[in-house]
Amino acid sequence: MSQAGATGEDVAGLFVARRPLAGLRTWFTMLAICIEERLVYRGDFIVGTLMRFLPIVTQIFLWTAVFAATSRPDIAGYSRNDIVAYYLLTMVTRAFSSMPGLSGGIARSIRDGSVKKYLVQPVDYVSFLLAARVAHKLVYYLVALLPFGLVFFLCRSYLPPVPDVATILAFLASLVMSFLLGFFMEAALGMLGFWFLEVSSLMFAYMLVQYLLSGHMFPLDMLAGIPTGLPNVSLAEVVRWLPFHYTAYFPAAVWLGKIRGPELTASLVAEAVWVVVMIVVCRLAWWRGTRRWSAFGG
Amino acid sequence: MSRYLSILWTFARACLVRDMTFRANFVLECVTSLGWMAMNLAFYLLVFQFTPEIGAGTGWSKAPFFAFVATGMIINSVVQALFMPSAEELTELVRTGGLDAVLVRPLDAQFLLSMHRVDFSSLANGFVGIGLLAWAVPRLDQPPPPIAWAVYPMLILCGVAILYGLIIMLAAATILMGRNQSLYDFWFYITNFSRYPAEIYAGPWGGPLRAACTFVIPILLVVNVPARVIAQPLTGQAWWPVSGTILAALATLVISRRVFQSALAKYRSASS
Repeated sequence: MSQAGATGEDVAGLFVARRPLAGLRTWFTMLAICIEERLVYRGDFIVGTLMRFLPIVTQIFLWTAVFAATSRPDIAGYSRNDIVAYYLLTMVTRAFSSMPGLSGGIARSIRDGSVKKYLVQPVDYVSFLLAARVAHKLVYYLVALLPFGLVFFLCRSYLPPVPDVATILAFLASLVMSFLLGFFMEAALGMLGFWFLEVSSLMFAYMLVQYLLSGHMFPLDMLAGIPTGLPNVSLAEVVRWLPFHYTAYFPAAVWLGKIRGPELTASLVAEAVWVVVMIVVCRLAWWRGTRRWSAFGG
Repeated sequence: MSRYLSILWTFARACLVRDMTFRANFVLECVTSLGWMAMNLAFYLLVFQFTPEIGAGTGWSKAPFFAFVATGMIINSVVQALFMPSAEELTELVRTGGLDAVLVRPLDAQFLLSMHRVDFSSLANGFVGIGLLAWAVPRLDQPPPPIAWAVYPMLILCGVAILYGLIIMLAAATILMGRNQSLYDFWFYITNFSRYPAEIYAGPWGGPLRAACTFVIPILLVVNVPARVIAQPLTGQAWWPVSGTILAALATLVISRRVFQSALAKYRSASS
């Protein structure tokens, strides 16, 4: 084990779970490092986060123009305000489920051989990545609170009243699971690097599918009228069978009250099942991948 | 001038040879680029499931709107192919001091920095744009008059020139700041405003935004004016935006050149 710093030993302790207190200390150390890293470029970070809302400005004007040209009071059950609120809420959801650089980082570590240190040290690679990502996200929310708060304040007239406690709890549960789902899907994708040397094209294809089917572009209820060729099955239903919509559409729809009662419970259970499935897929990919992998690099 | 054209031709040929060396990667890049475009087109088709036009009484019904989208695809593909790959490399050149090697060459620095790399796979979207235009034009209520077809290529060039000028100004910002990794992001967010007809920017917030994106950063002229010439009747008043776009293109090129030169004058090498 490396003696160069406390981190390797602490992290090992964390995941071997022999010293829970040392593990806890490592978590805080990682968190502190992440906070410091982020705060170095805090101005750039805040401006960057604010800029991410610019496409929503275009969407607000686009849907306002669409509603102005149609006699419909709503589209697929969404009023103009609902649609704007939907786009704002998907920004929150994506802040949980998006994992920039995760799959690329895993694939790169496999390609350049740096993944080997996790094979010889008592550190579980996936758990280490998960811990780092949790720290990263916590810092992100801390710093992004200001731009998010500002945008939501400016757009408050579009937002519906705060829902009841049960809906808020369901929303929070869906957010946490969207984080886990996003993490394990991307991690599994990155582990394709064990089988293919270059996976950047696959990642781009995944990004396209994810962007379209997650509901990031538009509320998926709009696909309800589009036939699939299967009897009584619309495109919206097919999309709901897939895991992608839990990473953008589902939490937003929960907050907006589009999914309620037994359907909400069933959807939360289905999301939990998808999380478990993706954990298993990720673990299996790691287990099979490390058994066929040959070390490259010095 | 002929010397620069010959050098540009050499750059393009070298990039094509490199692309053809990794043919599978080139095909994949074309496919993924087309996939992104197809996804956006699917979104627009979906929008037209719910509305006859974008904005009440604007005339941007399905066929004119797709002519608009096609025009945007053609302009953006040219910019993405010719200028963006070089601009993306600039950040690292400034940060690492690699810019020094460019400045000592006996060629214009702006030319070298903005045109040394050509991404041929981005032209795939342009060809799809031409196909989409060919689909949309016969479905317009009024076919474009011959004068519109004569002006259209020139306005496309003006759109490309305006976007090129904006890229050069962002590049100048990179030189001044030393590092500007969000250059591409900023570019994406700014050009996002040009993706839809200008008429959607209406009301107390939309009006000033439209004015700013027309007269301050003329991003709304880039696609709107050429698309309007083809997709909507060419009346007497339509010539004002046409002349405005030509002027804006010239002004953007001149101003961006000056800004770039002044940024270069303030450049301090990062290398040892």
